[in-house]
Amino acid sequence: MTTGNDVVVTGLGATTPLGGDVASTWDALLAGRSGVMPLDADWAVKYELPVRISAPLAVEPTEVLPRVEARRLDRCEQVAVVAARQAWADAGLGDDGVDPERLGVVVGTGIGGAMTLLGQDDLIETAGLRKVSPLTVPMLMPNGPAAHVGLDLKARAGVHAPVSACASGAEALAWAWRMLRAGEADVVVAGGAEACITTITMAGFIQARTMSTRNDEPERASRPFDVDRDGFVLGEGAGILVLEREEFARARGARIYGKLAGIGTSSDGHHITAADPEGIGQSRAIAAALRSAGVSPADVGHVNCHATSTQVGDVIEPQAVRRAIGDHPVLTAPKGHHGHLLGASGAVEAITTLLSVRDGVVPPTLNLENIDPKVQLEVVTGEPRKVELTAAVNNSFGFGGHNVSLVFTNA
Amino acid sequence: MSNEDIQKGLAEIVEEVAGVEAADVTSDKSFVDDLDIDSLSMVEIAVQAEDKFGVKIPDDELANLKTVGDAVTYIASNA
Repeated sequence: MTTGNDVVVTGLGATTPLGGDVASTWDALLAGRSGVMPLDADWAVKYELPVRISAPLAVEPTEVLPRVEARRLDRCEQVAVVAARQAWADAGLGDDGVDPERLGVVVGTGIGGAMTLLGQDDLIETAGLRKVSPLTVPMLMPNGPAAHVGLDLKARAGVHAPVSACASGAEALAWAWRMLRAGEADVVVAGGAEACITTITMAGFIQARTMSTRNDEPERASRPFDVDRDGFVLGEGAGILVLEREEFARARGARIYGKLAGIGTSSDGHHITAADPEGIGQSRAIAAALRSAGVSPADVGHVNCHATSTQVGDVIEPQAVRRAIGDHPVLTAPKGHHGHLLGASGAVEAITTLLSVRDGVVPPTLNLENIDPKVQLEVVTGEPRKVELTAAVNNSFGFGGHNVSLVFTNA
Repeated sequence: MSNEDIQKGLAEIVEEVAGVEAADVTSDKSFVDDLDIDSLSMVEIAVQAEDKFGVKIPDDELANLKTVGDAVTYIASNA
């Protein structure tokens, strides 16, 4: 369905545990490489954390950003800026491709500047007020990644920062889609960023009993849908997409990856961390996304799943998929490779989903050796699967009962 | 410490905090108008200068230090 008012994707950027850009991340997903490795930080040892694995960035942002710029940014802001610059360059908009008053930015984060908060708290303890950075607040505020991307691009149509835990990146894309459909902007740069592999976030997730402790086999620890999964692995990174009104993109002769054809959001109203056990809220988000895209369930050949490798969560999502779409889509869950990027995951996985639609190939789910019988759907394992795709769905769910589904189609 | 040494030390701080090349940090330059240093970076520069030169730079004094030369003079007479 083409209305001219559709939303197309023209630029991609990412920095992840699998690679410093989209191409290297995508290659690693197809090749089945893991980004998970031993975590030997001093604090993990000091506090005797039972989790000693994580999925850190493959490329340090300080290798890419100028030194002075990097020191003014929290790590979650650094990755947002790195990915946004890649996406902007990829879209070919240059310095004057869009009127700044028609350019928006929506970048979400789940946690925000936790490293700054902890680091500055240490400073006031050890050295007093005068050593606290005057940049503390802009570095820890959760709208920091969005604000810095907005400043970098001089976006003036609105800069927004949705916060919905692990759905934040997807929620940002949904928000961007709505801005474009409402005609509030011609171009919106949108995605998610997260970088909080640090004491308190790790400790909190550990105490919530959500993390894998398969410390002796880091690369095998994140195993969505596998019967032996024991929790997620914390990752970090950012994914940013350049979205445009189709009419605008076509008029400027942009290279188009595909369409963000529709979005759907819902909330469980059930529990602060646990998803509704039957996945009713999740299936409502999927169904809403299909309706907004004008795509029938029969046309959805693939679902890029949120599945994080937790015992409880992984078996709820397949129920939602079956209820909203049916038994025919093939699934994959990329967190097996790169762990859980929290507020960045929805955006990084949106990129993966879009590339699956464009290239007709679905990456395997890493470490899925014995599928949980409750999944009851086909999940790609081993080698990438070639599948002609008309439409694919990408799900993201967050603590708080936030559900976001995105539908991607070929342009 | 000579004014020349103070200026050299201050230039190192400005380079570290704001990325302005030390050679550009000359006495007639305005921190804001010439070196493009914002008020947040000025606070960082002042704290580092206090430590390096053993001076106190209260906020009402900091507000008067418009140029590199102003800062060098203040530090020289208060250190």
